[in-house]
Amino acid sequence: MIATDASCISEASIEEFEASNAVANQALGFWLYLMSDLALFAAIFATYAVLGHNYAGGPTGRDLFHLPYAFGETMLLLFSSGTCGLAMLAMHDGRQGRVFTWLAVTFLLGLGFIVMEVNEFVTMIVGGSGPSRSAFLSAFFTLVGTHGIHVAFGLIWIAVMAGQVVIKGLTTPVQSRLMRLGMFWHFLDIVWVAVFTVVYLMGVLR
Amino acid sequence: MSETDISSTGASRGSFRSYGAGFILSVLLTTAAFGLVMSGALPRSALLFGIFGAAVLQILVHLHYFLHLDASSAMRWNVLALVFTVLILVLFVGGTLWVISNLDYRMM
Repeated sequence: MIATDASCISEASIEEFEASNAVANQALGFWLYLMSDLALFAAIFATYAVLGHNYAGGPTGRDLFHLPYAFGETMLLLFSSGTCGLAMLAMHDGRQGRVFTWLAVTFLLGLGFIVMEVNEFVTMIVGGSGPSRSAFLSAFFTLVGTHGIHVAFGLIWIAVMAGQVVIKGLTTPVQSRLMRLGMFWHFLDIVWVAVFTVVYLMGVLR
Repeated sequence: MSETDISSTGASRGSFRSYGAGFILSVLLTTAAFGLVMSGALPRSALLFGIFGAAVLQILVHLHYFLHLDASSAMRWNVLALVFTVLILVLFVGGTLWVISNLDYRMM
């Protein structure tokens, strides 16, 4: 009886099982990378927490941060997380065109976030509040800049995946990469929640 | 390469409903946190409690609705890795603040 059951497992289903197992392993491996990235952010947050009060007679968070502006940045990133989710849903439905559209929208929203952040940085540096002004500003530019660089690399990744969706279609490797891209993008939004709370909201409260 | 259904990996794929719920909760929590600070209606300690509470809730919302973390066996290793990393995070940030504030106190 058992032998009969075993012989029922076809070559194809074994291959399918191995493919799905590989996808799960890749997702777990990428998750472990994200956790190590979280440890990196923990170190930078610790640095910011220590240096955040050392203004060296320069401007404080209250002078520099404009909350409606930070709220706008936050909303852009949050909406991009939502559209990224819609891209994942379209992927599970096998709708190639929709995946491309939602990836494009996610890209534009993320680009808007980066443009706002660069604009904020340039305004601060031109106004004499660059990273060399005080320990607080060094820590600020390191923390917010590190997150910004992550988002910028995420944008490159989104562009590459949009190209792969068009050229290769929704093959298993492409779907697996899209899943990891989604994990990366949602992870960056989580880090941003900590950034806007600790840097912007607390900076204005001080 | 054939098109294998990727949802057979065991992890939840999410639905329009779950993404929508997560998104609306996130917008509400973000607006509440910014609104609290911008209105300045509460005393400082209550504000701090409010914004950190909102941040923790929003992070949990993101983990559950966007990254599909739950107690299922498919997600066990992801959750374990996260719990361990949070421990490291608390040691990093808490330990640094403790040591440096101690140093600050002794150097005064």
